[in-house]
Amino acid sequence: MQGTVDPNKAALNYHNEEVAAPPHEEHPDLRLFGLLVFLGAESMIFLGLFVAYLTFRAVYPSWPPEGTPERELALPAINTVILITSSFIIHNADTAIKKNDVKGLRIWFSITAIMGAVFLMGQLYEYSKLEFGLTTNLYASTFYVLTGFHGLHVFLGVCLILAVLWRAQKAGHYSDQEHFGVEAAELYWHFVDVVWIVLFILLYIL
Amino acid sequence: MLAGIILTLASLWYGQNHGLMPVQASNDAALVDGLFDTMMTIGTAIFLLVWGVLIICLFKFRRKPGDETDGPAIEGNIPLEIVWTAIPVAIVLVLGIYSFDVYNSMGGFDPDAAGDPGVQVAMLSEGGSAMPLMDAASSKKARHNHMALGIGASPDEIGVAPDVTVNVLGMQYAWIFTYPDLGITSGELHLPANKNVRLNLKAQDVIHAFWLPEFRIKQDTIPGIESELRFTPTRVGDYPIVCAELCGAYHGGMASRLYVQAPEDYDKWVQESMPIVENDSQTAADLEKLASTVALGENRSDADYLVPAAHQMGLDAKALEQLHYTMPHDSMRHDAISHELMPHDSMPHDSMLRASL
Amino acid sequence: MTTQAEMQIAPSAHAHVERKWWHYFTFCEDHKVIGLQYLVTAFFFYAIGGALATAIRTELATPASDFVSPNTYNSLLTLHGTIMIFLWIIPAGAGLANYLIPLMVGARDMAFPKMNAMAFWMVPPAGLMLVLSFFLESPQAGWTSYPPLSLMTGKVGEGIWIFSLLISGTSSILGAINFLVTILKMRVPTMTIHKMPLFCWSMLATAGLILVGTPVLAGALILLAFDLLAGTSFFNPMGGGDPIVYQHMFWFYSHPAVYIMVLPLFGAISEILPVHARKPIFGYKAIAYSSLVISFLGLIVWAHHMFTSGTPAWLRMFFMITTMIIAVPTGIKVFGWLATIWGGKISYNSAMLFAMGFIAVFVIGGITGVMLAAVPFDIHVHDTYFVVAHLHYVLFGGSVFGIYAAIYHWFPKITGRMVNETLGQIHFVLTFIGMNLTFMPMHELGLMGMNRRIAFYDARFTSLNQLATVGSYILAVSTVPFLINAVWSWMKGAKATDNPWNALTLEWQTSSPPAIENFEVLPVLTTGPYDYGEHQSEEGKLPPGASPALSGSSSGS
Repeated sequence: MQGTVDPNKAALNYHNEEVAAPPHEEHPDLRLFGLLVFLGAESMIFLGLFVAYLTFRAVYPSWPPEGTPERELALPAINTVILITSSFIIHNADTAIKKNDVKGLRIWFSITAIMGAVFLMGQLYEYSKLEFGLTTNLYASTFYVLTGFHGLHVFLGVCLILAVLWRAQKAGHYSDQEHFGVEAAELYWHFVDVVWIVLFILLYIL
Repeated sequence: MLAGIILTLASLWYGQNHGLMPVQASNDAALVDGLFDTMMTIGTAIFLLVWGVLIICLFKFRRKPGDETDGPAIEGNIPLEIVWTAIPVAIVLVLGIYSFDVYNSMGGFDPDAAGDPGVQVAMLSEGGSAMPLMDAASSKKARHNHMALGIGASPDEIGVAPDVTVNVLGMQYAWIFTYPDLGITSGELHLPANKNVRLNLKAQDVIHAFWLPEFRIKQDTIPGIESELRFTPTRVGDYPIVCAELCGAYHGGMASRLYVQAPEDYDKWVQESMPIVENDSQTAADLEKLASTVALGENRSDADYLVPAAHQMGLDAKALEQLHYTMPHDSMRHDAISHELMPHDSMPHDSMLRASL
Repeated sequence: MTTQAEMQIAPSAHAHVERKWWHYFTFCEDHKVIGLQYLVTAFFFYAIGGALATAIRTELATPASDFVSPNTYNSLLTLHGTIMIFLWIIPAGAGLANYLIPLMVGARDMAFPKMNAMAFWMVPPAGLMLVLSFFLESPQAGWTSYPPLSLMTGKVGEGIWIFSLLISGTSSILGAINFLVTILKMRVPTMTIHKMPLFCWSMLATAGLILVGTPVLAGALILLAFDLLAGTSFFNPMGGGDPIVYQHMFWFYSHPAVYIMVLPLFGAISEILPVHARKPIFGYKAIAYSSLVISFLGLIVWAHHMFTSGTPAWLRMFFMITTMIIAVPTGIKVFGWLATIWGGKISYNSAMLFAMGFIAVFVIGGITGVMLAAVPFDIHVHDTYFVVAHLHYVLFGGSVFGIYAAIYHWFPKITGRMVNETLGQIHFVLTFIGMNLTFMPMHELGLMGMNRRIAFYDARFTSLNQLATVGSYILAVSTVPFLINAVWSWMKGAKATDNPWNALTLEWQTSSPPAIENFEVLPVLTTGPYDYGEHQSEEGKLPPGASPALSGSSSGS
């Protein structure tokens, strides 16, 4: 609820204080800032895992270790394109809600959710086709854990988007003034996207 | 002023007379102790300064009963703050350079430290033949491209091969020492005094740390990674060998002794420990068998727990019983013409060598 | 003296609701309830950790392994370390931060109260899991849990240990987000960043460290969990993994963790000393920014825990230099504190005694810290009792003394009652003697050759170990007067006024204990937080109990 009233106005209009003020209204909406801080911390997990991966890579004489079955590049490349495109698509939803266009929000969020689901299914399909398992060797383990951990984040992102869609059913829940949920889901989705780009470069390109 | 002089003198005195370090059994130990004494002097001065101020405050700046006023409103003093920032910076700089120098003198920057031991052994100027037993025993080739680990040759020893090389294997809960030039395997480390020694460290199961307190050197032995310690014992005596990294329940019992001996005594020990010739493919297998026997430690019940001494004795006995080596005799070293590995069957028979002594 | 014309009036809807005792056992979003929940829970785990420590010292009273089995001994030391770090000092710091930050910056609550409550309620399950693991197959690989050992012994306990740390790490991250956002965004408009109390500065630095460091530990623990449970070999050399990578990831968090544990108390000490010495803090900005410098440097020193491990020479030198440099900002703080009390009018109450005791013992830990940074010396004493002595001087002498000082200082504010000074002083004397008796001999033990984490040791170390054991018993006893004092004073202590210490920071300008929404009217600053003695020349002697520094405060209402 916090942040439904513009804090500056609240401060200036203190004569009208009888408009029953919920307890925390005196401070501005800090949720987006909080989310940014959280994503900063979250990116440190990925950074830690990436650096661990790079260290394993550097320490091994050859990488992937000899005997690791080949991976296909086409499928993950398609997946990458899907995920990057979805990041642009979800931004349309943000533009829409800023124009108070809830219908647009619903459409763009639905498309993003579908693309996210396609990405996840693509990922699972790739797992099923791979010729190495989690414990085959160090490369295989890092591959599964990194993509799996990212996949978990994509899954959470899709859940967030679905939650926003669910809430958007109620008229007036999101408006050009009040749409933290939309912004949060979008920001999270971009984060997941950026992490994937780094991951893709590390695991498939390098 | 007077306080300053007393503080300085007290710090200087304590820095030299703290008596907190064990005996120095190598030149490296003396270097480290010099660094420690310096740090102790500075540390004592800081300690006395801080505690002095606190104690003065305790008596002098006590609030008088009934006095409700505040103290003087001093919010800072930039020159003073600069001074107490600059002095620690200077101290840190001096200590940094001093430590760097000590570390360099000890051999910390030897680029060849923990290089491929096979190459190092083949280059020995005195050892005629070497059999890298530990490689066989641990059966794990160094898989990793790790950089040099441990303490290598000091700057004036770089390029000079050590007089004695010993392979050290850490396992739960024992150290096993193998002399590749002599074919001796032992649970205790015997070294001749005033000879440059190189220890090649490996671990079989978990991480251990090889620590010689009297020599001020320590290096973790990490499974899959090799490291080395190189030093020159200068003081005859026997010293504890300690495992310093938690390695399991009986970590406290993972200890051994280092005997630094006069050359005659060392040679005598070598004679007594020298095994009888047979073939060396068996050696590796036996050593592995020995290793696995010792490594069973984890499954011992508390009652079976062996005190370190008994542990080593048992190991020694086994080593003598079970292990057979074919190795050149110590006196052969000077006759060795080639730096190449000598074919074992060309070796003079062991008993002949003994007779020749 | 600048008086702000505008006043932000936001009377709270709940200002007169009573806080009931059972609120403290519920999912309550009030930062003061959460703060107390943290503090009491942390103290509960401190008692457990302390009991484990006493058991460890009892075992070490004799060279032989006779009190507990070596396996149990390793579980004791593992749980002692983990509990003291993750369930006592870090939550206690979080508790103080929760209680004090909103009051100090003049906010009605934290930025995200619900998340705050969630963060707290992760601590008890994490802690209880860990304690319960002792009765299953307990973790035995030390609080550092180095693989491959941690993959081989006490596997069930190890799994619980990992899971428990992941939970408490998440709690710590959520808490830190709240601290950071509240401090940066929720100060009363008149409080510029340079009028912020130093406790907030140090919590800002702490929150930054938690947010950068803890996730990396989580990453390491996730990989370790895969090694343990799924049979991967990230850190297991048998399968081609690299145990050194774990050590890097672990220490990337766990060295900053030392600062996470001690920085909040640096802040608390910076609050306590000026109040009881009646002097402004000496060098406000230097102390404030040194926290940030420590926090930054704290992130680039981790491998000094690995000097004898797989660390090549040039890295050893790099980490040696960065580690030594940390002494500079720390020195700035210590000297600033000494200059603050020098020439003051010091009241030697329990809070002040613990605060000065903090400086006295922390400085020893600081000196040995610089020594340990010197690589050639560290190679000798790494993993010995010298390190044990050092870390306890920092974490017991630093953090625990600081926590006690903070509890005595803010007790009147939190409970509305004064502590018993006699019991407080007995507590201080026992703690100070016990602490030095326990940990001072360990320096010599380590230097002479006693390695750490051993259930049995060479007989030549017996006498010093027995001294330490006696000291540890004194320490155990020392908590008794504290507990009696805390409970008795809370129930029956003399009523405290709103501002018994005549302090200037905002938390003292509201009622004791503070109302549910903290302030009747949000305060407007007119002076800095430590302007003691500044108004005497203009206004003469001020009557006690007056609040010279603030207008618009609720004191006396």
